[in-house]
Amino acid sequence: MSFIAFIVRRLVHSIFVLLGLSVVIFIISRIMPGDPARMAVGARAPQWAVDNLREQMHLEDPLYAQYYYWLRDALHGDFGISLVTRRRVADDIKEVFPATLELTLFAGIIMGGAGIGLGTLSAWHKDKWIDNVLRVVSYLGVVTPSFVFAILFLLLFGMSLKWMPTMGRISADVSRPSSVTGLLIIDSLLAGNLRAFFDALWHLILPGIALAMSGLAQEARITRSTMSDNLTKDYIASARSLGIPEKVIMRKFLLKPSLIPTVSILGLDFAGTMSSAFLVEFIFNWPGMSRYGINAMLRKDLNAIAAVIMILGVVFIIVNIAVDLVIAQLDPRIRLAPGRGE
Amino acid sequence: MDRFGRNWYKFSRNPMSIVGLVTVTVVVFLAIFAPQVAPQPEAAGKFVDFANASLSPRWRYPFGTDVIGRDIMSRIFFGFRFSILMGVVVLSVVVPPGVTLGLIAGYNQGTWLETVIMRITDIFLAVPPLVLALAITSVLTPNLFNAMLAVSLMWWPWYTRLVYGLAITLRHEYFVRSAETMGASKAHIIFREILPNCISPIFTKMSLDMGWVILIGSSLSFVGLGVQPPKPGLGTMVADGAQYLPDQWWISVFPALAIVVIVLGFNLLGDGLRDMFASEES
Repeated sequence: MSFIAFIVRRLVHSIFVLLGLSVVIFIISRIMPGDPARMAVGARAPQWAVDNLREQMHLEDPLYAQYYYWLRDALHGDFGISLVTRRRVADDIKEVFPATLELTLFAGIIMGGAGIGLGTLSAWHKDKWIDNVLRVVSYLGVVTPSFVFAILFLLLFGMSLKWMPTMGRISADVSRPSSVTGLLIIDSLLAGNLRAFFDALWHLILPGIALAMSGLAQEARITRSTMSDNLTKDYIASARSLGIPEKVIMRKFLLKPSLIPTVSILGLDFAGTMSSAFLVEFIFNWPGMSRYGINAMLRKDLNAIAAVIMILGVVFIIVNIAVDLVIAQLDPRIRLAPGRGE
Repeated sequence: MDRFGRNWYKFSRNPMSIVGLVTVTVVVFLAIFAPQVAPQPEAAGKFVDFANASLSPRWRYPFGTDVIGRDIMSRIFFGFRFSILMGVVVLSVVVPPGVTLGLIAGYNQGTWLETVIMRITDIFLAVPPLVLALAITSVLTPNLFNAMLAVSLMWWPWYTRLVYGLAITLRHEYFVRSAETMGASKAHIIFREILPNCISPIFTKMSLDMGWVILIGSSLSFVGLGVQPPKPGLGTMVADGAQYLPDQWWISVFPALAIVVIVLGFNLLGDGLRDMFASEES
């Protein structure tokens, strides 16, 4: 019961945060100098057209009323018309969001899998050469910006060695599977189109790893430190003294409690890939929401900017709640303790 | 041994901390004295030398030259200036209000003040700082000043949250209680009793954050929303060079490595400080 109460509280809190975020975004979109209506119709349009549009966009109303109209429409999934593509922003986003989701999910899987794997390896061989190498590499991974990784990978594997494709989601000569989920690797599997599946996967690898690198390094560091702390604890020593094989100790007693801090950081890092994606999609010409967002920002396309940020906020909050649920699964103290969060 | 000597001993025990300190010192030195030490100081601006354009790294141009003949190494030295300036300005703008709000919220735990401050903090922490900073810079005019403004607006909540966490534990300590019973003012308790005990974590975070702020600044420059050409922002240089990949790789790779070096330096330094303060307490 207390756990359900905890989740309900998180949800209420999230709604509050989203409302606050919408106010911030609304303010950002109104601090821009210049008349949004004039920008929308262009410099040569007659004044009556501008006035007409101002009326339609509620620009003559007081600010709080403008906010109300904006929020009401946004709640209905209507973020207005993009000034650049001249289409509904919601339709644009529907087209580009799956590409970003596919890329960040892929990066998240690499991040979690490789990060936990390498961290475990490091902790298991603590202070041996393999641990030392991994520690230096992961430190470099944490401090290197994702766009630097993206450029280096692009240069090395894409251009010099020519192993990997350098742009887009799928080769031009490969037929796209019909869209079900919007995620190409899943759609191609559903369609049984293996050629498209491997081609799409091949396109995912460079941007995916570039995006995953800093989180991966972070996860490896945290897993290593929690695990090597736990290795010195009494319950592990007593398990060893009972003659339980090392592999069983590892799997049953060590891994699960050691993953708790990793999972909470993994959630943050996964959400963070959505922001690094702004640079990586730009470099790999990935037709996703972040590239759409960057283009909107470079061209001051306010409606599109607001929509992209709002969606990122929602994703962030969903990820955070998901992390809480996973941690509750890993850590019985949270599940069983009454009144957590007091 | 005096306190400084003891702390220095603890700090210098880890060779990586020394590497961090040396890196940061060298970068700051190069940034300050860029006009004196750069082999080609005029490369920082609208300088053209087509005779020596697009040269690969060689003795005279250790990092090569760009497509209009400017020495990349000199431009990187000047690029350090923008990076350091960005870090210093953002942190000096952000830390005082962030820390003060955290102290107020923590000391007034359980009141409406705490609720208001911490819920506003939550809103700003709900989206990655890079994204909101991008959005703010984009609606204003893209330049270094607005980039600093945008990042500052995004960065204070981290200090509020850090100090808030410290303050809610400190306010139950006996020295705070005794100051309260002696009738000390709230301002005295917050700034004279609680704040001095938060200094080391704040200091450590500032050192680490120098690296992160510089990283975000270079990301903004990279997409064209930070330092504007012909000024040599490190991110700007990476982006400009990216169109000449892979043949003229040095134009973007060396500035990219420069960013890594600077962030790495501040991180190693920050980790060293953290370990030093941690051992001081134990």
